[in-house]
Amino acid sequence: MKKLIISLLISFASTSVFAGSHSPCGVTSGSINILANEFTTYRIFMDEVKSCAGPDADFNVTHSVDHNKLQVAALSANPAEFSAKLVTNGSITPLMNDGLIRPLDDLVAKYGSNLNDNQKITIDGKIYAVAFMANAQHLWYRESILNDLGIAVPSTYEEVIAAAEKIKAAGVMENPYAGAFKSGWNLGQEFVNMYLGHGGEFFKSGSAQPNVNNEKGVAALNMIKKLTELSNPDFLTQDTNAVKEEWESGNVALMHVWNSGAASLLDDEGDQNIKADTRLAPSPTVGGGDKPATTLWWDGIAIATNTSDENAEASFRALVGAASSTDLANNNPNATVWLIKGYTPGDTAGPVVDAASRGTTPYPSFPHMSLMHGALSTELVEFLQGNESAEKALADVEAAYIAKATEQGFL
Amino acid sequence: MPHRTFFWFILPTALAMILFIGLPIVSSFFQSLHIENEQVLMEVENCDPFGCTTNVRVDVEATEKIEAENPLGRFNGFGTYIDRNHLAFDEIREAWDNTSTVGEFKDIVLNLPFYKALLFTLTFCFAVTPPVIVLGFIVALSVNTLAKKLKGFIVFGTILPMIVTPLIGSLVLFWMIDSQGIIGASIQILFDDPNLSLKASSNLTWITLIIYGIWHNTPFAFVVFYAALQTVPQDPLEAAFIDGASRFERVRFIVIPHLYPVATFIMLICLMDNFRVFEPIIGFSAEGVAQSLSWMIYQDLRNENKMLFGSAGATSMLTILGIAFLLTPVLIRTWKEFKTER
Repeated sequence: MKKLIISLLISFASTSVFAGSHSPCGVTSGSINILANEFTTYRIFMDEVKSCAGPDADFNVTHSVDHNKLQVAALSANPAEFSAKLVTNGSITPLMNDGLIRPLDDLVAKYGSNLNDNQKITIDGKIYAVAFMANAQHLWYRESILNDLGIAVPSTYEEVIAAAEKIKAAGVMENPYAGAFKSGWNLGQEFVNMYLGHGGEFFKSGSAQPNVNNEKGVAALNMIKKLTELSNPDFLTQDTNAVKEEWESGNVALMHVWNSGAASLLDDEGDQNIKADTRLAPSPTVGGGDKPATTLWWDGIAIATNTSDENAEASFRALVGAASSTDLANNNPNATVWLIKGYTPGDTAGPVVDAASRGTTPYPSFPHMSLMHGALSTELVEFLQGNESAEKALADVEAAYIAKATEQGFL
Repeated sequence: MPHRTFFWFILPTALAMILFIGLPIVSSFFQSLHIENEQVLMEVENCDPFGCTTNVRVDVEATEKIEAENPLGRFNGFGTYIDRNHLAFDEIREAWDNTSTVGEFKDIVLNLPFYKALLFTLTFCFAVTPPVIVLGFIVALSVNTLAKKLKGFIVFGTILPMIVTPLIGSLVLFWMIDSQGIIGASIQILFDDPNLSLKASSNLTWITLIIYGIWHNTPFAFVVFYAALQTVPQDPLEAAFIDGASRFERVRFIVIPHLYPVATFIMLICLMDNFRVFEPIIGFSAEGVAQSLSWMIYQDLRNENKMLFGSAGATSMLTILGIAFLLTPVLIRTWKEFKTER
C-alpha cells in the first residue's frame, strides 16, 4: 500500500533516461498480437504501444469486453492465438493456474530499466507481469444537484441511499443512482465490493470451501437491492459502458464506477454541462465498516508461454516501452492512475489513492476465485428481482460454486 | 432397391454422418464422464503495487505431472449428470422429502439451473412453433394470391427476418424496446406508465423473446408453405369453385389436407430449431431471467475463466436426449403416414 502512495505522491522531475540498457522501442522482427479489454484508457495505452513498436513492426491488437472469457482458450493453444495479454489482478490467476504466461525476469532485466519496482508483479519470486495502472471503482456525483438539495457528499452507502431518495423525492430524477449491475461478471463484482466492504471472506480460511452464506453476505445483498431500487429498472442489462451513457445523458446523479471512466466521461465529447458538473469522490464504506466497499486493481502486461521467444521479446518491448513512458502518463494524467515513473497524478487520481491509503482490499487472487465470481454472476439475479430470499440466493451461490469447483478439481 | 445397391448408395452419406455427427457426439459423451484432475495448491509470496501478501496458487508443475499421467481427467461416471448444475437428483430428493405442497416442491425444482433452463426452452418451443405454422400458412396464402409482378418483391420482403442474423436481429429489437427506443417509448405512452420496461420484468422479457422467435421463424414456414402451395392440384379447386364452395371451404377441404405432411415437416424443423434457442438470449441481454439449455453450454465454455468441458458435455447429451424425446411423436406420425402411402 505504502509503495503506491509514495510512488504517486513523489513526482519525479527527471525525464526518462534508458541508463545504458537496451531501448525497448522500434521493433523490427517478430510479430506482436495483443488481447486486451475494451475501454478508453486501454485505447490510449495501445496507441502508445503501437507507436513504440514503430512503423516496421507486425502489430495487432484485439480489444474485447469478453477478454476474460477468451483468454484461457486463446493462450492454451500452441502456438497461442495472442503473444501478449493485458491482465489485471483478477484475470491473471486463471492464466497462472494453467501456466499460460511466462516469467519475464530476463526481459525486464534487458528492457525494463526504467520501470518502478512496484510495477513488477512477482509471484513466488519471479516477475510474471508488469503493471502500468491502478484502478478502483468509486463514487461519482453531480455537484449542482447535490448542492441544490443541500446534500453533503455521501461517505457511506447508507448516506448514498438517503441522498438518492432525497433526489427522487424532490422529483429531480426518477432513478438517481447507477451501478454496473448487468447479470454476469458486473453483478458478481458489485457483490464482491459490497461483501468485502462488510468485512466478509469468500472462503473458509485455508480451504476452497465457500463462505458467503452468512450475515455479512445477506447485509451486502440487501444493500445492493436497495441501490437497484433507486436505479433504472433495466439495471440487470446495464454494464459499465451503459452506465456511463446514462450518466452522459444526465439521467443519473450518483454512480459507482471505475476511476478509468474519467478518460471518456471527462473528455471533450458529449454534454459539456454535465462534464463540468461531474465530481469524483472516495468509495463509500458500508455497514459501519472502516474500509471502502470497493476493490483495488492493477492492470498490467503479460506474455504468453506458448509463443516463440522472438514474438515474446517483440511484444514485451513494445508493451514495456509504453508501460515506462513518462510522456504517456503525463500527457493523459486523468485517463487513469498510472504507475509509471515520473507521473504527476492528475485531478482524478484522488479516489484511488484514498482507497489505497484506507487499506482497501485488492481483488482476491485465489485460484478458485473466478469460479466463485462465476457463481455470483448467475445466482443473484432472482433475489434482485424479488423472487427469492437473500439466504436462498447465497445458498444457491455456494451450491453452484461447489458443483463447479468439484468438477475443476479444487474440492 | 436391392440391399447391395442401397448400401453403396448410402455409404458416402453415412460416412460423412459418422465423421461429422457421430464421432463428435461420442467424444462429448466420453468427456462428460470425466472431471478435471485434482489441483495441487501451494503457498507463495505475491508482490504487486499494493504490497506483498502470502497467497495460494496452483502448483503448475505438479498439476501438469498429474495431467500427463491422466490426460482425460478423473473418471466421474454419471456424477456430472446428476450434480446440482444438471439433473440434481440429491436436491430433488431432498425437496421431495422436505416439502408438503406441490407448489413448494415446484419452486425448489424450478430454481435449479437445469430445470430453470428446461422450463424456458420448452415454453419457448411450444409458444413459438404453433403461431409460426399458422402465421406462415396465412402469409403464404396471401402472397399466393398477389399479382405476378408484385410477388418477387413481396416474397423477398417477407423472408427478410430469416435473412437477418439472429444476433443482429435481436440486438436491433433490443434497442427498439429500450425505454428510449421507439417501441419501448410507444408502449410507455400507450399504457401511460413511464416506468414500464420490457427488460425489467421476467414475464415481459419472456414474451419479448417469444415474439422475437415468432418473427424470426415465420418466414421459414412461409417459404415452405409457399412452395407447397404451387403443387396444389388445380382441378379439384376448380371443381369446388363450380360447386359453389367459398374460398374458406376450398382452403379448409382441399388445400389444408394437401399441405398436411408439409406442416408436419415444418413442425419438426421448428421444434428442433427452437429447442436450441440461444442467440436472442444474448442479443436481448436476457441471461438473468431466461436461460436455455444451449445457453448453459455456452456458459460452461465461455463465461467461466476456465472451460467446464465435462459439464458442457453433460448438458449437450441431455439436450440431444431432449430433442429426441420431443421429436418422437412427430417421427412416429411421419412413419405411419409413410407406411399408409405405400
